[in-house]
Amino acid sequence: MQKGQSKMSNIQTAMNGVRAAGYVDVSEAPATGMITLRGDLSDAGVQKAVKSVMGAGVPATLAVKDADAGQILWMSPDELMIVCAYDQADQMIADLIAALGDTHSMVVNVSDARAVFDLEGAATPEIIAKLAPIDVKSMQTGTVRRTRFAQIPAAFWMTSNDSARIICFRSVAEYMFNQLRNSAQAGFEVGDW
Amino acid sequence: MLLLECPYCGAKCEETELSPGGEAHIKRYGPGSSDEDFEAYLFMRENPKGVHFERWRHVYGCGKWFHAARCTQSLEVFGTYAAQTFEPPQEIKDKISGKRPGWSWRDFS
Repeated sequence: MQKGQSKMSNIQTAMNGVRAAGYVDVSEAPATGMITLRGDLSDAGVQKAVKSVMGAGVPATLAVKDADAGQILWMSPDELMIVCAYDQADQMIADLIAALGDTHSMVVNVSDARAVFDLEGAATPEIIAKLAPIDVKSMQTGTVRRTRFAQIPAAFWMTSNDSARIICFRSVAEYMFNQLRNSAQAGFEVGDW
Repeated sequence: MLLLECPYCGAKCEETELSPGGEAHIKRYGPGSSDEDFEAYLFMRENPKGVHFERWRHVYGCGKWFHAARCTQSLEVFGTYAAQTFEPPQEIKDKISGKRPGWSWRDFS
């Protein structure tokens, strides 16, 4: 039982785990722990704290790093996103805050403020290319990119050659799902992948 | 289409991922300054045809402000550099000089 969570509440993701099968499968991920850490990533104190709690150091620019319990995403020169199991987030935050001590930083649980979607299928990069103004062919497994999907900001990373995970604000989860589903529906193939 | 490389994350950004911040290297004149300086700070802009320096923000990405040197006529980008500077780095100036000999912009050349 987590602090601040009543016995009555059930964890509810933004879109209730919705799925859509197209030429790429779109699905909302189950409840996922997401922690935003802000602080100067070049600071030794921040690097040490992340390493000691996560078992992996601060990732390189635009990189995704696998940690003991989750993944660390590079979001900006002063921001990391830690993705972990939903029920581990609060403990991880407490550990991070303790490890950071007086280092100028902020650690916040944003699990309930974000929505997470998974794309699966050989044409996954094509769906992203339809919506985001970036060179998807340059995106390799293990790199993360914050960009826009049509009109909303989002971050995504390729989890393999034919699957990707997308994080957006919870308030625009429906818009995100709709545009992914529409782009991925059978018959809408561009055929570039 | 304008492609700028964010100097903080190294990502090549298309224009719509960015937010324009107007002209670069403007010196702020605040309380106590002369009317002429304050007017110049608020309103006077270069608006050149050719070499220009601008501020941009990587708004859909890392969120950082940066500077860009580009040509308003050809849309050629000479380079981007960090926001924490009062003037373009020598490397950028050299690059422009190589392509637009004799250029000048405000006090820079």
